[in-house]
This record gives sequence, C-alpha cells and structure tokens, in this order.
Amino acid sequence: MNSKLTSKWLARTMIYLFVIAGACVTAIPFLWMVSSSLKPLQEIFRFPPTFFPRVIRWQNYPEALTSSYVSFWVYLGNSIKLCLPIAVLDVFASALVAFGFARIRFRGSKILFFILLGTMMLPQQVTMIPLYIIFSRLGWVNTYLPIIVPAFFGWPWAIFLLRQFFATIPDDLDDAARIDGCSLPRMFFRIHLPLAKPALGIVAIFSFQGMWAEVFRPLLYLRDVELWPLALALTTYRGRMNRWDYVMVMSVIMCVFPLLLFFVAQRRYIQGIVITGVKG
Amino acid sequence: MGAIDSRLFKRNSIAKPHRQRSTLARREEWIGWLFVSPWVIGFVLLTAGPMLASLGLSFTEATLLSPPRFVGLDNYRMLFSTDEVKSLFWKSLSNTSYYVFLSVPLTVALGFAMALLLNQDLKGQGIFRTIYYLPSIMPPVAVATVWTWVFNKQYGLLNAALAWVGIEGPAWLTSVEWSKPALVISSVWTAGGGMLVFLAGLQGVPTDLYDAAKVDGAGVWSRFRHVTLPMVSSTIFFVLVTSIITSFQVFVIVFVFSGAVGGSQAGSLGGPANSTLMYVVYLYRLAFKQFRMGFASALAWIYFVILMVFTALVFKSSSAWVYYEGELLGGGDGK
Repeated sequence: MNSKLTSKWLARTMIYLFVIAGACVTAIPFLWMVSSSLKPLQEIFRFPPTFFPRVIRWQNYPEALTSSYVSFWVYLGNSIKLCLPIAVLDVFASALVAFGFARIRFRGSKILFFILLGTMMLPQQVTMIPLYIIFSRLGWVNTYLPIIVPAFFGWPWAIFLLRQFFATIPDDLDDAARIDGCSLPRMFFRIHLPLAKPALGIVAIFSFQGMWAEVFRPLLYLRDVELWPLALALTTYRGRMNRWDYVMVMSVIMCVFPLLLFFVAQRRYIQGIVITGVKG
Repeated sequence: MGAIDSRLFKRNSIAKPHRQRSTLARREEWIGWLFVSPWVIGFVLLTAGPMLASLGLSFTEATLLSPPRFVGLDNYRMLFSTDEVKSLFWKSLSNTSYYVFLSVPLTVALGFAMALLLNQDLKGQGIFRTIYYLPSIMPPVAVATVWTWVFNKQYGLLNAALAWVGIEGPAWLTSVEWSKPALVISSVWTAGGGMLVFLAGLQGVPTDLYDAAKVDGAGVWSRFRHVTLPMVSSTIFFVLVTSIITSFQVFVIVFVFSGAVGGSQAGSLGGPANSTLMYVVYLYRLAFKQFRMGFASALAWIYFVILMVFTALVFKSSSAWVYYEGELLGGGDGK
C-alpha cells in the first residue's frame, strides 16, 4: 500500500514538472518580447542578452508610436477600417446562410452544404491569380474593396459554426411560430438571431482576429504604405530602421487586442473552437 | 381556455395536412434558396469561376497587361525542362515537404501530449491551459517577429540558452542548414492550438468506459491504448487534416524570417539561398513579382492537385485508424 502511494506521488510530481517546464518554454518568448520592448536600444544589442531589462524604458512606447514616417495611428485606423466592417458582414451574411441550411428544407441543400464544407479546405492560392486580375480590371487594387467585398458572401467557417448552433434550437419553436403565421425571415430576425447572440459573438471575435492578423491579401492589394493595416506595417519597422526596441513595442501592441478579446470572452471562445473541432 | 384553443387549432391543422404543407414547403423551398443565396453567389463568383479561370490561364502565357496567349501545355512542360525553373520548382516542393512532414507530426503529437497532461486533475489547470494556448492567439506576424529576434545569432535568447549548456548556436535564420529547422521550431511553439481541441475530445470520452476497463484489470497504458486512443481518434484526424492544410500554405513566417519587407526586398523572400522557398512563396514571387500569371496558374493547379491527393490519402487511411462512435447512431440522424 505504502509503495503504491509513493509511486502515485512520484507520478504526480513528474506530471507537475512536465507541465511547469512546458509552461516556461511556452511563456518565455512571450515574456521576452515584453521585456525587450522595455529595454533601451543598447541593452537590446547586448551580448550576452539579458532576460530582465536592467533599465526599464517606458519611453519606447510613445516613441515607437510616433517614429515611423507613417504614424502608428494611421495603421491602427486602417486595421479598424478593415476589421470592423468585415466582422459585421461576416456575422450577418453567415447567419443568413446558416439559417437557410439549418432550418429550411429545400432541394439541393445537402449537396450545397457539402460543397461549402469542401471550400473550407480549399487553399486560397488556387483562386488568387484570377481574383487579382478581376479586381485590378475593376480598378479595385490599392483600395480596401478586394478585401472587404468578399465578406458580403459569408464565411464558410462561420456558416458551419452557426449552422451547428441553429440546429440545436428545438424544432417546436419554429412550428409554434409557423402556426402563428410567422414568416421565415421574421422568424429568423425575431427568434433565431436573438437566440444565437453568443454564437454570433464568437464569429465576430474570430473574424476580427483573423483580419487583424491578415498579411497576405493586404500585401497583394495595397501598394501605398499609408493604406496598410498594422499587421503588414509591423514588417516595415524592422526593415527601415533596425530598431528592434520599436519592433518589439509594435509586436506587443499587435498581440494586445487578440489577447484582450480572448480573455473577455474566454468561455465562448473555447466553445467556438470545440464546436467546429470536435463535432465537425 | 388557451390550452384548449391551441389543441383545437392543432387538430385542425392535422385534419388537412397535405395541401397546407405542400404549399408551405414550396414557398419555403424558394425562401431557403434566398437565404443561402449570398454564399451561392459568392461561391460562383469568387471560388468556382476563378478556379476555372486559373485552369484556363494555366494553358496561356499571361501577364497583367497583355492579353493571354494560348501556349498549350508549355507551362507544365517547363517544370521538367528549363533548368532554372525546374530546380526552383523542385526546391520549393522539397522545402514544403520538409516543413510539413516535420511540423505537422510534431505539433499534433505535442498538442496531444499537452492535452493528456492537462486533462489530469492538477492545481492551476486553468492557468496552464491558458499559457499553452496563448501562442496560437497571437497574430502570426507578431509570433514570427519575436522568433526572428529569439533566433538572432548574437543577441538572441536561443543561442544564449545554448551557450549556457556549452553549445555554440548557429546563425539560424541566415544559415542554409538551420533556416528550415528554425521555421519548424517556431511552428511547434503554437501546438497549443490543437491542445484545446484535443482536450474537448478527451472530455467527451464517457467515464464508464474507463471504469469498465479498470474492472477488467486494464492498466494505465492499456486504458490509454484501448479506450482513450480510439475514442479521440476522430479528433486526432480533424486536427491532423487542418494542420496539414495550413502548413502547406505557410507564408507569413517565411515572409518575416527572410526579412522581406512588403515589396522592397522581394529578392530575399525565401532566402537564404532559397532554403526557405516554400511552394506558396514561390507562387507569390512568380505571380506578383514577375507577373507570370499563366505559369503561376499552372503551379497553383499542380499545388491544388498535390494537396487534394494528399488529403484524400489521409481520408482514405482514416478508415483504418479512426473510430467513429457516431456511425451506428449517425446513420438515421440525417434530417
């Protein structure tokens, strides 16, 4: 009995050691980013590197925000100009489509939904060249249109997530509404959309984070640096000036928004991943 | 009174269900299409149409300005004949395979191991889970930027740590041998993304299965092997497929690591010496730096076919190792 207890205790200690070591390895690059963003430049270029800054230089933050020849605030504004409309469109268009798939029976709906799932695995590189040619013929290059307009047509991942959600709403509710003579669009706006608020929130958060981090399409379509979102602009801070203190400041700022969103909506957030990951 | 009313009403509607339902159904059919129309239109205009267009373009020589000129299979033939193209094409293919075959198994296995550990009843479980998950929330640009600095030969954290145990670290990002391992290492850092899905899968395993196994005298290992593993195999499959697809498309890390600043130094994109030239990076260079749209379309289609065949193989193999509990129940489940 005693030896069994000791071996159990040993196993638990081992698990704790593993978990703590893993957490350290995971957290260190992140902490180092924060610590580097507070170091004076000469300490950044010090050999061997220090983990904790010897002198904490808060000045890095206001300086980095004004240093580049395009102001940080312009980039931030650009990011928001892209993220907000896209999040709204993603939520609304995807909810419409998801409702159609989840609650209305019509011929071909199964095949269509199957195709939709297929497009989730489609790499965007297959369509990017013709799309670029089309958008440039339309004169949309160097505007936000090629990035925003596709959001009008719904986002497959969100459609899938919302469909799963709508499918959990009891059928009785629809039947009751039908008997009362409620039309489908009315049913959608009055019953399902309000009930789906948590799921819509998840879609909005993921959409915002996705666009916030997006580099590829802005790189393709936006020529003027003044139009760039923060994610793309981050790469210029390093190239133009080799100011790693400012680069780290910008990286910290890039991470703050997604992390905030995560912590604010942690439970729902994890739900969203689980719904699409496990039940998919 | 109200209860009786509604019952009467229901009986009425049952009395003549046929006509009513068919008109309703027909109207609903039409409205159903209306609801899904945004996606259908988007699919035709932004996915199916462009895919066919890129297939067509792949048989032409096209730049952005001149109209495409039909060249037959020349673009495809070029991949096997012209020396420079041939070597870059195969190089990008082998670089991508290197990355995918190392990064995917490592991230999936590590994510699963994390989930197994954190599925135990530990103190501070929530905090550990959050720490492990955080890297996958951070924007890839920021992750790649921080890692660029971690990998710095002289001032980077990694080489400082290696020096501490007496190893002289390489010049990771500027060395041909170490640039690809560096990509893999930084991708493994985000393994916590898979962990979350695995955790949900593990929590979905009914505890009575474990109890039954215990009663039958199964030890820790055989419980893992015969209960846990089959029960979460569908989750493993999902994480595997999604991470294969995303790692085939690796672009941003390479973009940041090779120091290609939007537009200005595209020459070094995929460097040093093309050692991190991934397929998508090569595609980007051809289409948007050299504007060889026709040739790039051919490459895009080859890439698409490779990815589809690969995914199909994984799907095909799944019947051998993925256990779907729902299959018994799921058959009649369809609405």
